Amino acid sequence: MKKSLTCIVCPNGCRLEIDTLSQQVSGNKCPRGITFAIDELTNPKRSITTTVHTTLLEYPVISVRTDGEIAKDKIRDLLALLKDIAITEYLPINTIIIHNVFGTNINVITTSNMQKGENCV
Amino acid sequence: MMKNYDVIVIGAGPAGLAAAISAEKNGASVLLIEREAKLGGILKQCIHDGFGLTRFNEKLSGPEYAYREISKIENTKVDITTLTFVTKIERRGSGFILTLVTRKGIEKLYGSRIILATGCRERTPRQIFIGGTNPAGLMTAGSAQYYINVLGKMPTKKCVILGSGDIGLIMARRITLEGGKVLGVYEVKSTPSGLTRNIVQCLDDFDIPLHLSHTVTKVFGNDRLEAVEIAKVDDKMHPIESTKHIVDCDALIISVGLIPENEIAEQLEVALNSKTKGPFVDQKLMTLVDNVYSCGNSLHVSDLADYVSESGEIAGAFAANKEGNKRILREIEIDSHLMYIVPSHFDFNSSARQVIAYFRSIENYEKATVYVRLDQQVIFKKYYQHLKPPEMERITFEIPPATTYGNIKVSIEVKP
Repeated sequence: MKKSLTCIVCPNGCRLEIDTLSQQVSGNKCPRGITFAIDELTNPKRSITTTVHTTLLEYPVISVRTDGEIAKDKIRDLLALLKDIAITEYLPINTIIIHNVFGTNINVITTSNMQKGENCV
Repeated sequence: MMKNYDVIVIGAGPAGLAAAISAEKNGASVLLIEREAKLGGILKQCIHDGFGLTRFNEKLSGPEYAYREISKIENTKVDITTLTFVTKIERRGSGFILTLVTRKGIEKLYGSRIILATGCRERTPRQIFIGGTNPAGLMTAGSAQYYINVLGKMPTKKCVILGSGDIGLIMARRITLEGGKVLGVYEVKSTPSGLTRNIVQCLDDFDIPLHLSHTVTKVFGNDRLEAVEIAKVDDKMHPIESTKHIVDCDALIISVGLIPENEIAEQLEVALNSKTKGPFVDQKLMTLVDNVYSCGNSLHVSDLADYVSESGEIAGAFAANKEGNKRILREIEIDSHLMYIVPSHFDFNSSARQVIAYFRSIENYEKATVYVRLDQQVIFKKYYQHLKPPEMERITFEIPPATTYGNIKVSIEVKP
């Protein structure tokens, strides 16, 4: 059976077709499309971007992301985990705030450079 | 004495940052003006990833992309003034006198060349004529994004999104991740406005329904939004009376398009293209007014920040190395399959012969070839499996140096 997918790796958004038995992929412009289609069929993954709260006046929240993709069914758990965190110091950009999320080797990192005295807006 | 600069860049989002860095690298004295406290423009609140795939070969979030550009500018001699508004701009000789309002007061300064990098604005609820009241909870997708991602406040518990533009789709996911409920995304057109990958990863992943050929016809609620009226539309986009129904919600978030911001350009009588709502420009991104350049989303709304930065670099480099020749401009002709092309003009009296062009098709085409012809001779062609209006395409072609004048025509041809 063939399954149609849209690749979400880059804005090209290639329209892929994967054979569910042989895992043969077509329609991809680059090799990342093959990996994406097979993952999507067997273990769909997403990178997560969100915010966490801080105790610092200048930053009500700070933006964070996973530094790779985690299994789609772990998204809710990760968000719940991040809800309970508050950042208490000024961290440089890309500081790891959670190591090795759920044993996946993926970390959660900050994506803004926090500086004391800076206005958030 | 008035301070003066070779190049003044207005706006410090990705386009303005790239323009200022590139102008300085090419030897100009540069001032970069920003009205907000921080550099980076709208990227500061775009915490989702997907930025920088072509520029940095990495998948970055908006703030990270901005940080890379800001780090670059810190190693240059570019003067930067933040919390600064340009209130007036006047011609003086071949240059310009700018009136600025800063924290210190009012200041005037002189710039030989101006680069407009003022970005774009969202179309507001008022611009799309929804009936009913104007309560709290009626907001643009960009405002919702600012509340959630910068202020850390949730502006809705249960909302409807009107318009399937990319920011609307991204906010549908963002609100869901933050525990809000998105009842549906409603799009008046029969095809989505946003990129397919965003439909997949923002709506399908979270089972958020997309209703094509639907619109919001009325808003209810006095202090706070309480409900909206939704209707299916016919092929002329008129609401069908019998399909009207009420959906209870506390917010209506609209994502119905972006319009280049060109108030300053209008003060300088820069001619605007009705298709892009940005200035007509030549291959150096100079507008039809000498010494005024335009780049980024104030030139035309781009899909990718990477393209915005590229156009800033082009404008900055040419503004720094201004040629003395009088321009010989001719409009680049397009056929009826193209919505627009940028640049819209070519200056035949310039040593710059390469054209980096961006275009959108007017509708969906399969197996189409884009041709560029100079006086009927094909000088460039490229085959596309799919062309879609929401997806901007980039091509580069060269006009031979010996050609002192001619007709450049771009067309899309589909094999029957």
